[in-house]
Amino acid sequence: MSQTVFAPWEDPDEKPLIRFQNVTKRFGEFTAIYDLTLDIFEKEFFALLGPSGCGKTTMMRMLAGFESVTEGRIELAGADIGPVPPNERAVNMMFQSYALFPHISIWENIAFGLRRDKKSKAEIEARVEEMLKLVRLEKFAHRKPHQISGGQRQRVALARSLAKAPKLLLLDEPLGALDKKLRQETQFELMDIQETTGTTFVIVTHDQEEAMTVASRVAVMDEGRVIQVATPAAIYEYPNSVYVADFIGDVNIIEGLASASGPEEYALNWKEGQAPLTATSQKPFSEGQKAHLAIRPEKIRISTERPDDTVNAMQGKVLDIAYLGNLSTYHVELPDGQVIKAQTANTRRIARRNITWEDPVWISWSATAGVMLDQ
Amino acid sequence: MKRMSWFNVTALTLGFAFLYLPMLVLVIYSFNASKLVTVWAGFSTKWYGTLFQNEAFLDAAWVTVKVAVISSTFATILGTMAAYVLVRGGRFMGRTLFSGMIYAPLVMPEVITGLSLLLLFIGIGLDRGVLTIVLAHTTFSMCYVSVVVSSRLVTFDRSLEEAALDLGSTNWEAFRLVTLPIIAPAVISGWLLAFTLSLDDLVIASFTSGPSATTLPIKIFSAVRLGVSPEINALSTIMILIVTVGVVTASLVTKRNAIRAQNDAQAAERAAN
Amino acid sequence: MRRTTLILIPYLWLLVLFFAPFLIVLKISLSDAALSIPPYTPQLKDGISALIRELDFENFVFLTEDDLYWKAYLSSLRIAFFSTVLTLLVGYPIAYGMAKAPDEWRATLMMLVILPFWTSFLIRVYAWMGILSNEGLLNQMLMWLGITSEPLVILNTTTAVYIGIVYTYLPFMILPIYAALDRLDASLDEAAQDLGCTRTQAFWLVTIPLSKNGIVAGSFLVFIPALGEFVIPSLLGGSGTLMIGKVLWEEFFNNRDWPVASAVAVILLLILILPIVLFQRNQQKQQEAEQ
Repeated sequence: MSQTVFAPWEDPDEKPLIRFQNVTKRFGEFTAIYDLTLDIFEKEFFALLGPSGCGKTTMMRMLAGFESVTEGRIELAGADIGPVPPNERAVNMMFQSYALFPHISIWENIAFGLRRDKKSKAEIEARVEEMLKLVRLEKFAHRKPHQISGGQRQRVALARSLAKAPKLLLLDEPLGALDKKLRQETQFELMDIQETTGTTFVIVTHDQEEAMTVASRVAVMDEGRVIQVATPAAIYEYPNSVYVADFIGDVNIIEGLASASGPEEYALNWKEGQAPLTATSQKPFSEGQKAHLAIRPEKIRISTERPDDTVNAMQGKVLDIAYLGNLSTYHVELPDGQVIKAQTANTRRIARRNITWEDPVWISWSATAGVMLDQ
Repeated sequence: MKRMSWFNVTALTLGFAFLYLPMLVLVIYSFNASKLVTVWAGFSTKWYGTLFQNEAFLDAAWVTVKVAVISSTFATILGTMAAYVLVRGGRFMGRTLFSGMIYAPLVMPEVITGLSLLLLFIGIGLDRGVLTIVLAHTTFSMCYVSVVVSSRLVTFDRSLEEAALDLGSTNWEAFRLVTLPIIAPAVISGWLLAFTLSLDDLVIASFTSGPSATTLPIKIFSAVRLGVSPEINALSTIMILIVTVGVVTASLVTKRNAIRAQNDAQAAERAAN
Repeated sequence: MRRTTLILIPYLWLLVLFFAPFLIVLKISLSDAALSIPPYTPQLKDGISALIRELDFENFVFLTEDDLYWKAYLSSLRIAFFSTVLTLLVGYPIAYGMAKAPDEWRATLMMLVILPFWTSFLIRVYAWMGILSNEGLLNQMLMWLGITSEPLVILNTTTAVYIGIVYTYLPFMILPIYAALDRLDASLDEAAQDLGCTRTQAFWLVTIPLSKNGIVAGSFLVFIPALGEFVIPSLLGGSGTLMIGKVLWEEFFNNRDWPVASAVAVILLLILILPIVLFQRNQQKQQEAEQ
């Protein structure tokens, strides 16, 4: 790739398209969003990820204008959008239920927003045709929403919300109603459309795989707070908390007390009578501070003999093997009862696999394999 | 196909015989030539003839239809507004009283509603006539309309309205272009219900009508108090006929729509492949 | 603001045409009858202080003293109660039969239940006058079959009132019970039988308890309006049939005693509050269960 990497968030001179400034939202006694500050940049595909009830939908509805902000302000292209009603915002939304108007045709659904802008007939026609082409539904233009399939409805909803060429498109669990296979195909389609139209997308999802696939940056949320905002790779490799590490993908967490053992290197005393584990960390830990070592299963090697080239090795026995086809996950029980997951790619046929249930095995990983977390 | 037990067949047969035989008897005897309504004296349509020459009945029928059309139209507008307020209005002062006033007329004995409205009309010095009956009927049937419409609004996907706003509609446009067309069947059934209630009503109309306006039920009531009459049989037959045609048509339309929906679902499935 | 207008229009309408009339009824029930137009005193034009001074509970005391009234209330309650039970006994098997009928019949059966509901109430009551009279069809049949030798007096008795109430309110009983039975999963009945119940036991232990909400809703829908019924007792009942709706009507139109008629209405409302509250609670419970 010769073009420069898309990372406006690293450029201090770049003006954000959306700025949440100390936004708090309360519903009566219940606080949905706590003092939230967040920038989203033009042309980003930004994902709000979190379990249900974490406040991600509330954030989206505040952007669309269906909820007001209790404290703080939200800026769109530098202007406070608080007093702007939803029908006057240059923001469109694709609803989780799609919210297609059942009594009018696909064509009229897409034209609905354009008609509200009092556009000329020719303009409307041209734009609707363009949108139909974009989502490949020209053939179905004159059907009613209940006469097409779920996947097609999803595309109509997308076309309708893009028709007005909004500055910002909000997508509320856009793929939630589709089955897994269709969902994966549609993810790539969404990315293509986002790139073609150059629109800023904010997607709300509880599906981490979806967020990782489509987004340029992901905000992981929990109970009304944003825990971490970073690119998918950074979120996966450098989670900033046990919560994020645990929420995204599979992880082993080993708790212990840290003590410095070299420059940016620590020894983790995780169990009395056991050799301490070695891990690197750019984040400083004080002597005896409680730390969590988070290691992804695929970064743990499993072998029948003790490997001699590694700094961290433990012995255990195989408790369970989850065979997933391309991968196998081994659940290895340590002598103290803790279970560590190790994952290997099945590059060989199953019959040749040399580790089975109850086998005593060694698991090992390098000093840089894990991340040390303080919370 | 499952077979029905003899018990169910018997229950349905006897039940529907009980519901329909009395009306059937009424219809048959409307074609009785004899003035004595209990003795069959051959087929005749003469009572229909005398009915259509009875000016008093025709006048009353005209008043009744006029009252029903006007009051059910007002009731539909007010009732739809009330339903919207109940379902979408959020919190406002006196909400409990408001929903109480919507539901209370549904269970209120008609004698009480009639009496209280009459006392109001006398109290404010309003002359009793078509206007007072219309006011009375609008008031109690708007509550029925509002119950019918609000039960539809409760299941209405609110994101449809939000989508309309999101795409640039004003609140009024969202209601007119999206909500109203979708809830239209409920609004229409509300109107029909209000219309029928108004056509049927004897008690409230008796309290609120004056010498200048007599409705058909009032006329029928004063006639049948004196006993069974073949003219009333003929009138009843006509009314039963109208209702039957209406209800059968409505149920055929519903059935056709259900079949169409099924076809659409199949079309959607085909479209996916 | 738009929203305020939207709320105010139906609100004011109901306040003026529903709520205010009740206050007037209440006020007149505390007034005295007088030979004037309108026939009660004090009136608003007498001034506020006179109004307050002269209101009293005389009419209510009168209602307790004359046994006509409390007998009418009791008799209304009795008639409403027993006709509700009868309607349930007639309506449940029909609703049950409908719920068990093949799917392709259901829409038609449903239509057949709804049709009488749209037909004029007055006409349906009137239909029974011709059948129940001394020379009516029922007596002709009974005598032809030799069951009785002389006509039974049914019209203008309380029996005729029972028949009339059961007949006219039957759809109100059938519909909620049918709705409850229709929602019932057929496999529940099969599961009960699979676990060793006979069909009758399964019916009493599973079907009846699970259709309870429908039974309760239907019963209130019959009981509440039957209590204040006027048309049925005045067309089918006789001079011996005391029902409070009829008493109120006569007090107002025949005796022109507005204060007493108003007092009768106030007491009837008080009696109705309990069943109405119970009914509302049942409806709410049902709605919550559905969510």
